Amino acid sequence: MALTFLHMFRKRETIQYPEEKVVLHPRWRGRIVLTRDPDMGERCVGCYLCAAACPVDCISLQATEDEHGRRYPEFFRINFSRCIFCGYCEEACPTYAIQLIPDFEMAEYNRQNLVYEKEDLLIDGQGKYPGYNYYKVAGLAIGVKGKGEGDNEDPPIDIHSLLP
Amino acid sequence: MAVIYIDHRAYEVKAGKNLLETCLTLGFNLPYFCWHPAMGSVGACRQCAIKLFKDKDDTQGRLMMSCMESVKDNMYLSINDPVAKSFRSQVIEWLMTNHPHDCAVCDEGGSCHLQDMTVMTGHTYRRFQYPKRTYKNQYLGPFINHEMNRCIQCYRCVRFYKDYAGGTDLDAFAAHDHIYFGRAADGVLENEFSGNLAEVCPTGVFTDKSLKEHYTRKWDMTMAPSICQHCSLGCNIIAGERYGELRQITNRFNGEVNGYFICDKGRFGYEFVNSINRIQQPIIRTKIPEAVDKNSLYDYLKTVLSNRTVIGIGSPRASLESNFALMQLVGKGNFYQGVSETDAQLMRTILHTLNAGHVHIPSLKETEIADAILVLGEDLTNAAPLLALTVRQAVHRKPLENAQQISVPPWHDTARREFAQEEKGPLFIAYPTKTKLEALAANCQYLSPDEIARLGFAIANRLDNTAPAPQGVDEDTLQIAQHIANTLKQAERPLIICGTSLRNEAILKAAANIACALGTEDKKASLFYVMEECNSMGLAMMEVPSLKQATEALKKKEANTVIILENDLYRRDAKSAIDDFLEQCEELIVLDHLHHETSNRATVLIPVGTFAEAEGTLVNNEGRAQCFFQVFAPKNENFRESWRWLDEFRQFKQGISPEDLQAPGDLMMEMAASMPQFKGAEEVAPSADFRISGQKIPREPHRYSGRTAMLANIQVSEPKPPEDHDSALSYTMEGYRGIPPAPLIPFFWAPGWNSAQSVNKYQEEVGGPIRGGDTGKRLFPETPAIENAFLNTIPPAYKASPGEWLVVPLQHIFGSEELSIYTHGVAERAPHPYIAISQQDANDLNTREYQLMQVTIGTLNYELPVMIKKELPHGVVGIPYHVSGLIGIAWPAKGILKPVMT
Ligand code: SF4
Ligand code: SF4
Ligand code: SF4
Ligand code: SF4
Ligand code: FES
Repeated sequence: MALTFLHMFRKRETIQYPEEKVVLHPRWRGRIVLTRDPDMGERCVGCYLCAAACPVDCISLQATEDEHGRRYPEFFRINFSRCIFCGYCEEACPTYAIQLIPDFEMAEYNRQNLVYEKEDLLIDGQGKYPGYNYYKVAGLAIGVKGKGEGDNEDPPIDIHSLLP
Repeated sequence: MAVIYIDHRAYEVKAGKNLLETCLTLGFNLPYFCWHPAMGSVGACRQCAIKLFKDKDDTQGRLMMSCMESVKDNMYLSINDPVAKSFRSQVIEWLMTNHPHDCAVCDEGGSCHLQDMTVMTGHTYRRFQYPKRTYKNQYLGPFINHEMNRCIQCYRCVRFYKDYAGGTDLDAFAAHDHIYFGRAADGVLENEFSGNLAEVCPTGVFTDKSLKEHYTRKWDMTMAPSICQHCSLGCNIIAGERYGELRQITNRFNGEVNGYFICDKGRFGYEFVNSINRIQQPIIRTKIPEAVDKNSLYDYLKTVLSNRTVIGIGSPRASLESNFALMQLVGKGNFYQGVSETDAQLMRTILHTLNAGHVHIPSLKETEIADAILVLGEDLTNAAPLLALTVRQAVHRKPLENAQQISVPPWHDTARREFAQEEKGPLFIAYPTKTKLEALAANCQYLSPDEIARLGFAIANRLDNTAPAPQGVDEDTLQIAQHIANTLKQAERPLIICGTSLRNEAILKAAANIACALGTEDKKASLFYVMEECNSMGLAMMEVPSLKQATEALKKKEANTVIILENDLYRRDAKSAIDDFLEQCEELIVLDHLHHETSNRATVLIPVGTFAEAEGTLVNNEGRAQCFFQVFAPKNENFRESWRWLDEFRQFKQGISPEDLQAPGDLMMEMAASMPQFKGAEEVAPSADFRISGQKIPREPHRYSGRTAMLANIQVSEPKPPEDHDSALSYTMEGYRGIPPAPLIPFFWAPGWNSAQSVNKYQEEVGGPIRGGDTGKRLFPETPAIENAFLNTIPPAYKASPGEWLVVPLQHIFGSEELSIYTHGVAERAPHPYIAISQQDANDLNTREYQLMQVTIGTLNYELPVMIKKELPHGVVGIPYHVSGLIGIAWPAKGILKPVMT
């Protein structure tokens, strides 16, 4: 009884949500977004790794290509009514495109509204990982850079040369 | 047999193989790149290193490439030796120093041998800090994508393309670590087997361009075992679907048929399934609106079918089940083959020979070990592509095997080729024009179809003088006949190839005579037939009359309602004959998946499933019954198997109303019971209630993604997955994960082996049959020969008749076949219409190359540009078979040529 009484003077753990907001740290795993690279190109290259990593299979997409051969998702859908916010997709993503952000306020009356399409997911920023541009380090030439112009690349081989 | 010791354990293994394949057969995960089960070893990649010890007491050992060592008795080796292990992981690390960090955008990813081997050796972290080598890519045509940065210089591509498939336009260029694999300049890869590069190349340098257009990872596809629909050989394929679209065809190993490879028509010809030309809804042309739903169709057909006598027209490209269901619906007496009388007669001749038991019908695999080959009137590369590939191997085999005389083991590819040089086994070809295999042939004869037959008869007569001899053959031809006869006689495994392409019955008879004269009671000669469609054999075996008799029946007013099954009749006979036939029909019911000229004339049009949306059995040219399985449940519920529709119509006829329809019973069982020639076809695949440990076999890999999102845009609650009541396969990822029986293997995968190389794990021994036996059941048992009876009807010598030309159909791998042409890459590779004429005829007609020529065949008129083929016999011209609109010709055809005045 005394113990219970004493607790009244302790610091409160409960907060007056929603008047009072929760403090969320940057690595908090909440709503998922798709980010852009520093050139504002879509980061997602439609590699399907996030979809494969997802334990509840709630990511579905279709890759397509622009006229330079740059891959991007034709559609990208996350069914948040299934998502368990495990962050595996973010971990699997080789381009930092998919990121979990500190936001959990997504309640809906209608479950159908929890199906997010690419338009709902794509943000106009780089999210947690600024500066990374996958196509600068990958070997493909898809309009971002020419062959051999990427980071850590030699110029293309002249196959007619016999010089050592 | 030999005993070898791997990491101190004894194993009994086959002698003569190399250590790598032996270890793989034993189930060890030993990484490799340059060795290929069909192409042998070259020792180029250094990936397969093991430790080999002198004897039991040797602890030092030495590193050896396992793919370059023969198995010998009492060998001591170690796979797990720390030195060997670290050597292998260093090799991968070197190979990866220039790797472009591309996997996310690489189409190979998820079925990449390089990924698998990298994981297997444990190389996980990049230590190399220096700049990477890069290359420019090339445009390689509509089928294959090139991304040279990913190359690990294993040489498999050129070894396949040049050495195995005989291609000339892919090679290794440049020197030292600048080695480049590509063409001399950008351009279309010409070889008909180029698509296999996507599977042969262990990395993403060469990938499937058609897949790229709707890219899906292997793990995301719903796949099913299937059979290629584009020629009579019946190669085994795996077809994959995603989001309701067919996305990729890959090879499905069948040791008896296609082995490790398929042709480009088979690999890329699948786009017709996704075509906008598909028939989407039942159509009744007399109704407004025409498109109706299933119930109105049922109501309409119930009245039509119960009151009338109906004629059924079968199809050589529809499954046995569908043809049989139609036959059951209309009655045997009213069922006809949907082919011309000429074609039906050709098939009758073939069946006669096969049933007489004088000859051995080899499997495609067996053609690879023939040591003397005679091709009569077929252009293999174009009419039966994979046969051209096996014949190529056969021609090289003997000289390569001779390398054993200097004790070069059979798997040692470079050494054997070095030994054999340009030496070739005997191949003789008789065809009106040059063919691609000509470069390999010892002798080519450019003859008119009748002359080919006469040459054949002459050979048969030289082999056995009781065989009928053609009269008036000139001395040169006789000499050649004698030479060919001698060569065939000396050969241990002679092979005769002929077929229906030239529509000449005498050629088939001549070939039968040769095989008959060549064979003995206990060693029959091999005779291989090339046919037109994937189920030509199956339809012919039903032994029903042709379109000609069907027309007669209609004319006699025995019936006025016709059901045509998956068949564009204008591709089967003369336009006038088909017009005549269709005019007699009061009600014309057509079931097919694509709109075409025949379906345009239908009064009732019913959409059906293609091979990807249906299940069925086909009989290939060697009489092998094989099953293809439905790949996915289509969104459009009208895409149902023809046999399902037809079986329902049969029930209507029995007075059952649409509400009480039953699911069809086992049609193959019924078929085998009512037609004994099909006995065995019902056992090709395990039945629908087959289970392993109580489970079905999943069509989807265990990593299949997106199940709870792919349809969430329509309805957030996931629908129940479709169920498959017709087979032991399921449409989900749940089920038995081990190795199913061969006919039910939906894809190849093994732990640690995501690429197609995982087929090793499915085989009894590497390169051997699939565990439990390869797919398919031969319907022609080897019977003892009935009395030796040579066929007669030797045609008279061919004489060019002035003012009239003999028109022969020239087959084209891309363009001649009806369905594959819907793939835009195939259409791009198809020839433009032309007329091939000989130099002499061109001079007589006073025409030049590319000049327009008016060609009149029966009632048909074409203006075609001239192509001069010097070798054509005088008076014989060729037009590309069924290429863009050149249909409706009754073969064999006569034509009148007139230069178009400009
Ligand atoms: S893992 Fe990243 S790049 Fe790949 S599909 Fe997912 S979001 Fe796109
Ligand atoms: S070849 Fe294999 S390892 Fe290389 S980028 Fe492609 S998937 Fe990755
Ligand atoms: S292109 Fe492919 S097959 Fe050819 S050498 Fe390179 S990795 Fe090997
Ligand atoms: S050879 Fe014939 S059956 Fe084989 S893949 Fe090619 S078209 Fe298909
Ligand atoms: S597989 Fe043995 S060296 Fe390449």
